[in-house]
Amino acid sequence: MLVTPDIKTNCYHCGDECPDDSIKSGKHLFCCQGCKTVYELLSENGLDNYYSIENNPGISQKTLKDKRFAFLKTDSIKEKILEFTDGKTAVVNLHLPAIHCSSCIWLLENLSRLHNGVVSVQVHFPKKTARITYKEDTISLDELADLLYAIGYEPNINLADTKKEQKKNSKKLIYQLGVAGFAFGNIMLLALPEYLSIDEESIEAFSPFMRYISLVLALPVLFYSASGYFISAFKGLKQRFVNIDVPIALGITVLFIRSAYEVISHTGQGYFDSLAALVFFLLLGKYFQQKTYDALSFEHDYKSYFPVAVTRIANDTEESIEIAELKKGDRILIRNGELLPVDSILIKGNGYIDNSFVTGESDPVTKNSGDKIYAGGRQMGEAIELEVLKSVEKSYLVQLWNHQVFKKQNDGQSKSLTDSISKYFTLAILLIATIAFAFWAFTDISIALRAFTAVLIVACPCALALSAPFTWGNTLRILGKNKFYAKSAEALESLAKVQHIVFDKTGTITENQHNNIVFVGDKLSLIEEQYVKSVLRQSNHPLSRTLYESLGNLKVMSSANFTEETGLGTMAAIDGNTIKIGSAKWVGANDESVLNRTRVYIAINDKIKGFYEFSNTYRKGLNKLFANLQQNYTTSIISGDNDGEKTNLEAIMGKNSVLLFNQKPEDKLNYIENLQSQPKKVMMVGDGLNDSGALKQSDFGLSVSENTNTFSPACDAIIDASVFGKLNTLLKLVNTSTTIIKISFVLSFLYNIVGLYYAVTGQLSPVMAAILMPISSITIVVFVTIATNYTAHKIKLL
Amino acid sequence: MGAIFILIIISLAVALLFLGAFIWAVKSGQYDDDYTPSVRMLFDNKPKSDSTKK
Repeated sequence: MLVTPDIKTNCYHCGDECPDDSIKSGKHLFCCQGCKTVYELLSENGLDNYYSIENNPGISQKTLKDKRFAFLKTDSIKEKILEFTDGKTAVVNLHLPAIHCSSCIWLLENLSRLHNGVVSVQVHFPKKTARITYKEDTISLDELADLLYAIGYEPNINLADTKKEQKKNSKKLIYQLGVAGFAFGNIMLLALPEYLSIDEESIEAFSPFMRYISLVLALPVLFYSASGYFISAFKGLKQRFVNIDVPIALGITVLFIRSAYEVISHTGQGYFDSLAALVFFLLLGKYFQQKTYDALSFEHDYKSYFPVAVTRIANDTEESIEIAELKKGDRILIRNGELLPVDSILIKGNGYIDNSFVTGESDPVTKNSGDKIYAGGRQMGEAIELEVLKSVEKSYLVQLWNHQVFKKQNDGQSKSLTDSISKYFTLAILLIATIAFAFWAFTDISIALRAFTAVLIVACPCALALSAPFTWGNTLRILGKNKFYAKSAEALESLAKVQHIVFDKTGTITENQHNNIVFVGDKLSLIEEQYVKSVLRQSNHPLSRTLYESLGNLKVMSSANFTEETGLGTMAAIDGNTIKIGSAKWVGANDESVLNRTRVYIAINDKIKGFYEFSNTYRKGLNKLFANLQQNYTTSIISGDNDGEKTNLEAIMGKNSVLLFNQKPEDKLNYIENLQSQPKKVMMVGDGLNDSGALKQSDFGLSVSENTNTFSPACDAIIDASVFGKLNTLLKLVNTSTTIIKISFVLSFLYNIVGLYYAVTGQLSPVMAAILMPISSITIVVFVTIATNYTAHKIKLL
Repeated sequence: MGAIFILIIISLAVALLFLGAFIWAVKSGQYDDDYTPSVRMLFDNKPKSDSTKK
């Protein structure tokens, strides 16, 4: 958790730094009006307990985008989102990505105090969802969404939500585990008297009874609990691929057949306890693995980014319709900040499109009526009307998404470390078993059979199968604590093999929001700066807004004759002076010596004063990060932007890395394919949807996000922008984990050698198996957990 | 000594009962979320002031 040592300068609501102490309510300071509003709303309703559970629990109001939930009024959409409704009371399960601490749970579950239409709320913390029961006649779904939005919990409603899926598998595993545990405990109890052989005579009398009960108890373990291993082994073999489940399934089968034979033929008590224990421990490992992944949801695609609905204009009336229903020729309305879901032609209004989502280009472009605008562009500024050119599925962005790299299925095909040795392992075991059989066959066929089966039993790679899930599970957990969220163990295994790292520029190694602004030209006097700021105040252009913010505390004067030409600039008169702010063309400057720079020119009374130059701010600690990374990896930077930043980048990256500019999403993808054919294992570090092709194509796609709640598609992991500088350390942990797994493999082989010694000499007794197998599994699990934690401590990740 | 047979059968029946109880608990959703209830139980039932609500 974030500790805020100095309460005075941090926002009481969200913990962000306060710019000054001007925004306050009572004795508490806030960073922005938004945070203050939420605080006042909560304290008015007696909900200030929110702040006493955790320090600064709130969600920063600054990052919230203007959003509308009016589309939730549409019945067809509502129907898809609601879980239940009888016309009066409705239940909805909303995904609220902002849920992050126990204060959130408290506040949301007391939501009924903010609005009496809410009946009850139940938060599911690991999944970040809230099931809300509300009265439909008192509060509508869109009002509910607005209410949640107002207190900082923006509901994430998207098309993916409208297709309800039920996950049954997770429960099945718990049932399997329960059955295996039940059988394990009871069989062990029944086996104990024979192990201890307290009273020979009474044992004689009872043992057949107990053995048959054990046999019956082992049946559900074999056919229900262990079924997953048989299915997986069968699937693997069908694809001519020996995965780790093959020797496991083999071991379980032999265990059962031999035990059943011994019991039925009255020759021994069998190994049913070992069988149940084995399956129980294996399932425990699987359960642990599943728990680790549950909190992360990577099942997002472009649909998660698109709005659910869009405003359609038909017969002069506006209506919300689902974007899937959009047809060619429809007239749609896109308001400020809304994302265009389909390729369209601009009909009315001034388009000012931020395409960063699609192309990575950070500066918005101007569009005039008649221009084509691609899906994925975000309108900044006034509302515009467009005519739909293509349906959603045929739009450029979706086409990109449907590129064949996304179609590649890699279920079980990517060879994990465990699977890659399981082939040799299985062969070796079969070989040893056969040799043991052949050796004994000449002296005694019954010993030969016993030795043969004992080898397969004792070699059953329980410890081997557990070491990787537990090591990666623990590594994932440690990485998660450091705000690096990886998708799966397999992903981490491929991360450990990476040789080359490709970075995207905008939004990846540069910060998203704060631009670095420098004024070049004749220094402006204080009064002139005031003029500039006063004119800027009236402009809605994003660059104007950024510049306005950066000018600091200046007096704002009233101006006259304000005009704004889209794509050019603004003009106004103050105190008889004409102030022109805008592009070089607007003020009549003929510079352009360096193209590809974002500049805002200032002219006062037609005299060009100079320009403000905008450049991207690089994330902190990049120099050090790249210096460290380049010791182990080769690097390159690939950017959708122009090469204006080339010299700056070279200073940061050093001369060893490749710099590429003006790259389209396809180019990035091809570049990575090219590297892979060398062959090299490539990691792509990028952000957002525009890099998704490259992220997916790479061996490990890492997405950098300033807000990890909005998960990016197609990547294998997400890193919070605040810990980007730690990337090298995080990679180190992953590499060490690979070593730890290899060591634990060696350990489990040693156990196997001890077990095999008894097995091949035909002396493996049930009690020995019952002790050896759990001990090997438990020690391996303990070893890998301690080893990963120790490593994390050493490199200061815990 | 025949009592042992009965005892074993009874003990198995009890164990089966527990297995049934476990399956019921999973089915009723008690294992769906194993974190939130642990936090929820620590909250006070009533927020401090109840009067200001409109």
